[in-house]
Amino acid sequence: MVTIGAAVKEPGSTRKNKTGSWRTFKPMLDKDKCIDCDNCVLFCPEGCINQEYDIDYDYCKGCGICAEECPVKAIKMERD
Amino acid sequence: MVLKVISTNMAVAEAVKLAKPLVVPVYPITPQTSISEYLAQFVADGELKAEYIRVESEHSAISAAVGASGTGVRVFTATSSQGMALMHEIIFAAAGLRNPIVLVDANRALSAPLSIWNDQQDTISERDSGWLQIYAENGQEALDSVLISYRVSEDNEVLLPCMVCLDGFILTHTVEPVDIPNSEDADKFLPPYKPEHAFLDPERPMSLGAFTDPDYYMDARHDMELAMERSKKVIEKAHQEFADIFGREYGLVEKYKCKDAETILVAMGSICSTIKDVIDDLRSQGEKVGLLRVRVFRPFPRDEIREALEGASQVAVLDKNISFGVGGVLYNNIKAKMDVNAYGFIVGLGGRDITPKHIIEIINKTKNPITDVQWIGLREEEI
Repeated sequence: MVTIGAAVKEPGSTRKNKTGSWRTFKPMLDKDKCIDCDNCVLFCPEGCINQEYDIDYDYCKGCGICAEECPVKAIKMERD
Repeated sequence: MVLKVISTNMAVAEAVKLAKPLVVPVYPITPQTSISEYLAQFVADGELKAEYIRVESEHSAISAAVGASGTGVRVFTATSSQGMALMHEIIFAAAGLRNPIVLVDANRALSAPLSIWNDQQDTISERDSGWLQIYAENGQEALDSVLISYRVSEDNEVLLPCMVCLDGFILTHTVEPVDIPNSEDADKFLPPYKPEHAFLDPERPMSLGAFTDPDYYMDARHDMELAMERSKKVIEKAHQEFADIFGREYGLVEKYKCKDAETILVAMGSICSTIKDVIDDLRSQGEKVGLLRVRVFRPFPRDEIREALEGASQVAVLDKNISFGVGGVLYNNIKAKMDVNAYGFIVGLGGRDITPKHIIEIINKTKNPITDVQWIGLREEEI
């Protein structure tokens, strides 16, 4: 049910909105090629890559910035 | 009873003082300016205990009003013409967020050509925003309507903002005797606002104005349609209680000598006083004419209008606005919702005077129609 004025009465509800569904291209990381430079972690605008370089596909929108910024081309964008 | 001879803008300021809003963000614009000045004076003198925000534009005025209303307090703002046009974006947001803001608009023509004089194009152009709209005929009704608007807008069955529309200069700058209710009676009719609707409170975090995807937007808009429909009953109840306390009766529409009338004129605002005079004259000569004054334009009182026009052979609808190519908006709304022999007349744009002579011309043209929509009072060379 939509509340009056579409007010969101519970905090933290943005987590329920899995923006990963917007994605067309999916970043795939080859951990063997990775040199642990952290560029992808720092550049990801959605904070979807953690310190272990695991990508959170629930919220990754597939913008491709990580692949663009990777100095050793360890991230490839593949059609989802 | 305290009868004071004051301008309608002063009457509005007195009404706001009685309604006790806690936040008043306003930006001055002719012919609304003196409302903003009187309110500033009241706040400076401590007669109105409100936060008076001197904003930098009308867009900011209504934005501040939405923000303040979102914290759960009563809010007042006022504007006119270009100011209303600048508010347009947030006018829709205020209704969608279901903020029970009350706004007074001093009806003035929209540019271009630039004009400071009266017509009703500015508020009529906001008719689809989800705001309730009341068109006052005189200063007393303007004062009373501000109090009634808060009662209706803040009702949990409604929760839609309301604009009270006054004809610029014709009402705003004309002085007339106005009965200013005493504070106790006003408090009885309009108690302090106790918000139950969503409002910001650190103890109970929530998001207002969040993005909605196609799964939610349409239902939220439909809920506004239902609230608009429910508001009719709430308005009628507020009118009844207002009459009980203050002795002045209002309706969604006002029927003036309509009962046996063969020709009925339909209009909104101050022009209705002129029409009433003409009707009195014509009635004394045996002509069966009447006036249906639409006081509440949104919600649209279609059943009340249909019932009032039922017995008439012909109907003339006067509009101080134009939707190019189709005629006046009140005329078109009436034609859309009922089967009546109605003709539309565009009058008084940009302050063009409407005299009893024009009203008689309209009645004659309604009895002998040439086209469905006609412009009245044009310069000779334009016809």
